[in-house]
Amino acid sequence: MTKYLLLKHYRGGPQPATGEDIPMDQWDPQEVTDHIGFMGHLAASLREQGEFVSAQALSPDGTFVRFGGEGKAPVTDGPFAETKDLVAGWMCIDVESRERAHEVAAVLSSAPGAGSRPLYEWIEVRAFLDNPPEIDG
Amino acid sequence: MSALDGAVKELGPRVLGVLVRRGVDFASAEDAVQEALVAAHQHWQEQLPDDPFAWLVTAAWRRHLDAVRSGTARRRREIADSVDPGPGPVTGTDETLLLLFLACHPTLSGPSAVALTLRAVGGLTTRQIASAYLVPEATMAQRITRAKRTLSRERLTVPGELGDVLRVLYLMYNEGHTGEVDLAHEAIRLTRQLAAATSEPEVAGLLALMLLHHARRPARWTAEGALVGLAEQDRSRWDTTLVAEGIEILQAALSRDRLGEFQAQAAIAALHADAPGARETDWPQILEWYDELLRLAPTPVVELNRAVAVGEVDGPMAGLAAVAAVPETVPRHTAVRAYLHERAGDHVLAQHLYAAAARAAASEAERDHLTRQAARLHTLTASP
Repeated sequence: MTKYLLLKHYRGGPQPATGEDIPMDQWDPQEVTDHIGFMGHLAASLREQGEFVSAQALSPDGTFVRFGGEGKAPVTDGPFAETKDLVAGWMCIDVESRERAHEVAAVLSSAPGAGSRPLYEWIEVRAFLDNPPEIDG
Repeated sequence: MSALDGAVKELGPRVLGVLVRRGVDFASAEDAVQEALVAAHQHWQEQLPDDPFAWLVTAAWRRHLDAVRSGTARRRREIADSVDPGPGPVTGTDETLLLLFLACHPTLSGPSAVALTLRAVGGLTTRQIASAYLVPEATMAQRITRAKRTLSRERLTVPGELGDVLRVLYLMYNEGHTGEVDLAHEAIRLTRQLAAATSEPEVAGLLALMLLHHARRPARWTAEGALVGLAEQDRSRWDTTLVAEGIEILQAALSRDRLGEFQAQAAIAALHADAPGARETDWPQILEWYDELLRLAPTPVVELNRAVAVGEVDGPMAGLAAVAAVPETVPRHTAVRAYLHERAGDHVLAQHLYAAAARAAASEAERDHLTRQAARLHTLTASP
């Protein structure tokens, strides 16, 4: 089993996805409810199959911070709200193969959006680094 | 629940309180109680003792003395001088109170005090507390250990103020219920214990506030897990038993004529509970209570809530004028402006503000709720 992080971006991916351009607050209220319901249902079914680890949504206000030097305050840049590529949230799954991870990411990307059409949102799939195997010789 | 599980939850904290009262430092006392509970597990399988509490006190005290004599505990950490147990029966109530005041000591941060209170007074396991906070068990164990260490440096004979205890219990209530343990439920249980042991009206006020808020919980969420605003809640789903109990406790507290912020907050909750529907709410009286609350606890959060009441009594423009005086950094500031602008008829501005409030929301449930409000107004303004 390998753990994979499925990352949702506010803006990101090779090219803009269709449907992504309409912000959620301009959908029909029922579409908002359906979208959230879909996410909850997906998490529940992954839990059912023994593949769910965790899911977390993040605030869009991100700040970049770095060491400011000995005895100095940290250096910050931001906050930016949706101006740069920021992670919107993640889902962590523990699955048997990369193919299965891609399958789950595709389902996540099919979440309904405006007009009840799939969002076709790009999901970044990243494998966790694992424990080193025992090597003989 | 087995007899032993029951003992861990109910008797463990009381026994711990007895040892602390006898001058044993917090961490050593807990070690001794844990060992006594393990011994109980071995000895109680066949038959429960006549007085399990006395049995545990004796067992824990012996183990503490053993530890002191062997000197190992002394080497591990500094132990307060052990004093001989005083004569007379042990009731347990005083000990629980003493523990509560120690665990809610103002030298601890709020979250640390909540964790320690759940462990030492609530009798919850570290694993249960960790699951409630969604952190690894080792992390929570360390947080509790550090809190105990901080307390060991304090003069344990000087407990904190009652106000500190009430703030920690209210914080616990508002931590919600994400894990297997319902922290709101635990907070009510502990506040009930405190209320049974003291006649301070503010303790009753806090208990009434918790009960009145808890009564709304069945109506606060849809079956799909979406948040429902107070005005939209199906009031027939409010727990009338809790409402009645909360109001009765509040009235008894108010009759003592020593008003405090929790009584004032409970009075506001009681006025909402009294209204058969949102339209029947007695907003003028609620506004009076907010004026009183602002006098007792002048915080920006109270000011913002008061602005909502002003909007209901004197109209949305008056409400917006009141909001303008509240710092914008207060949570829900934008959401309240959105609500008042919608009531004033400016749907486009309200939609924009709801969307902004959703981006600034601190919880998923609020974010989704505010997004829905924005979407509702967008649909309203977009359609001809």
